Amino acid sequence: MSLFDHKLADLHDLLHKKEITIADLVRESYKRIEEVDGKVQAFLTLDEERALERAEELQKKLGADEGLLYGMPIGVKDNIVTKGLRTTAASKILGNFDPIYNSTVADKLHAADAITIGKLNMDEFAMGSSTENSHFAKTKNPWNLETVPGGSSGGSAAAVAAGEVPFSLGSDTGGSIRQPASFCGVVGLKPTYGRVSRFGLIAFASSLDQIGPITTSVEDNAYLLEAIAGLDPNDSTSANVEVPNYRSALTGDIKGLKVAVPKEYLGDGVSEEVRQSVREALKVLEGLGATIDEVSLPHSKYGVATYYLLSSSEASANLARFDGIRYGYRADNAENLIDLYKKTRAEGFGDEVKRRIMLGTYALSSGYYDAYYKKAQKVRTLIKQDFEKVFEDYDVIVGPTTPTPAFKIGEQIDDPLTMYANDILTIPVNLAGVPGISVPAGLSESGLPLGLQIIGKHFDERTVYRVAHAYEQSANHNMKPEL
Amino acid sequence: MTKITKDEVKHVAHLARLNIDEQEAEKFAEQLGSIITFAEQLNELDTENVEPTTHVLNMKNILREDKPVDGLPREQVLKNAPDHQDGQVKVPTILE
Repeated sequence: MSLFDHKLADLHDLLHKKEITIADLVRESYKRIEEVDGKVQAFLTLDEERALERAEELQKKLGADEGLLYGMPIGVKDNIVTKGLRTTAASKILGNFDPIYNSTVADKLHAADAITIGKLNMDEFAMGSSTENSHFAKTKNPWNLETVPGGSSGGSAAAVAAGEVPFSLGSDTGGSIRQPASFCGVVGLKPTYGRVSRFGLIAFASSLDQIGPITTSVEDNAYLLEAIAGLDPNDSTSANVEVPNYRSALTGDIKGLKVAVPKEYLGDGVSEEVRQSVREALKVLEGLGATIDEVSLPHSKYGVATYYLLSSSEASANLARFDGIRYGYRADNAENLIDLYKKTRAEGFGDEVKRRIMLGTYALSSGYYDAYYKKAQKVRTLIKQDFEKVFEDYDVIVGPTTPTPAFKIGEQIDDPLTMYANDILTIPVNLAGVPGISVPAGLSESGLPLGLQIIGKHFDERTVYRVAHAYEQSANHNMKPEL
Repeated sequence: MTKITKDEVKHVAHLARLNIDEQEAEKFAEQLGSIITFAEQLNELDTENVEPTTHVLNMKNILREDKPVDGLPREQVLKNAPDHQDGQVKVPTILE
């Protein structure tokens, strides 16, 4: 039994009863990493010396009633900037980047006295659904080392599933927290757009990106969101909406709650075993007194096309900053400035990043702007309105997180469009800006995790958590991989 | 199917400041062509009277207080620069 089989609240109690020390928690993390990370390859950078020092320091000033994250070890996705701790976004172009400032979430974790264990692997610049696009390593799914952990937050999900850290932070632009959480059998939430500050999150698509927690339980997830959410003067898109107490929403009671199931989420292209797991989950919710109705999100099928035009366009602008001048990788033997830019970027970016920069540049270029970029912005409005309409009558929308369980490493990497289709059920949530969670929903025939997605209204993470928690407690899957 | 030519790919790569060789131009031409063709399914929808969404929360003019703060110390700014000299970032010749 690992210490990390305990929930956060239990670890907190053990710590205050002096049955364990903070150093025990931190060492547990590094011990497990030593044991299994050679196989899983979730971590890119470790911060062991500083973490152990911090453990000592926090142990000395441990008071009678510290916050819940006090002394708790955490892993952070490598596109979240951490001062003095190498941050690469899994790209060669930032291979040696040593940040001189902290992201707001890193500051908040520090203020809550959590301890950063290290930085987690991902698809380069968060572009991908399998973590195979990392420049440095291919993370494996702890449930089956021949399959992908999902992406782009594959390291964040795999590290939690493998018991290397009890929780982590990921980021989600089109499903990058929920899809790997589903593939690895853990809980992952994409908050409402604007709920968590993006300051210090290396930008991919600024109108879609959100940081969120990945944990083994819904309760821990709620704790972690409370610690990182809120208005930030350094992010003009963070919302001035009070952060509620998420934990108090976890009552187990969902009697009378109105659940909508979009028929598009159980249609063609979603595998039968995934559909079956959702039908079973709906029975659980019904048994708890919720009412279930079928609804339609008619523009869902246009989500993937809309997303790739918008996110790639935004990425082409955001990634223009990587020029080899002020920080990051610089190519040798450039003849002049333009040549320096071109060589640096050609050598520094991987294929998927180049493909998306070029797609975005094309969609924004003169003569094509209205046909592609503006068209996609208009379809985004239609997709958002689909959600608004359903939420006039319902509390949450429920469906699968992904169309299939995790696929084999190498299986989809040469076919961008097949890879993009993994996110067909998660992308509309980002386009609408609403919150969504993936909770474990049992195993497939081949023994791989399946996820249930629960989507809520803007800033209504409380209801999302309430339903997710009631389902988790009642279904009681208790999934853990053997490694 | 919308065809994207190798020359178009090279033009876009130049705009995006990316060096690409012939082989890559060919591969990207095919891949971008199929992605753009896929994206053209949006043309099935009539969006004549639909407003574009740029921001889901409809916030406007979020400004911070306009007060001066100290800049970063020079050594910090240069810490990650690939090349620097005499407290300045160094780049290749830009005027020929």
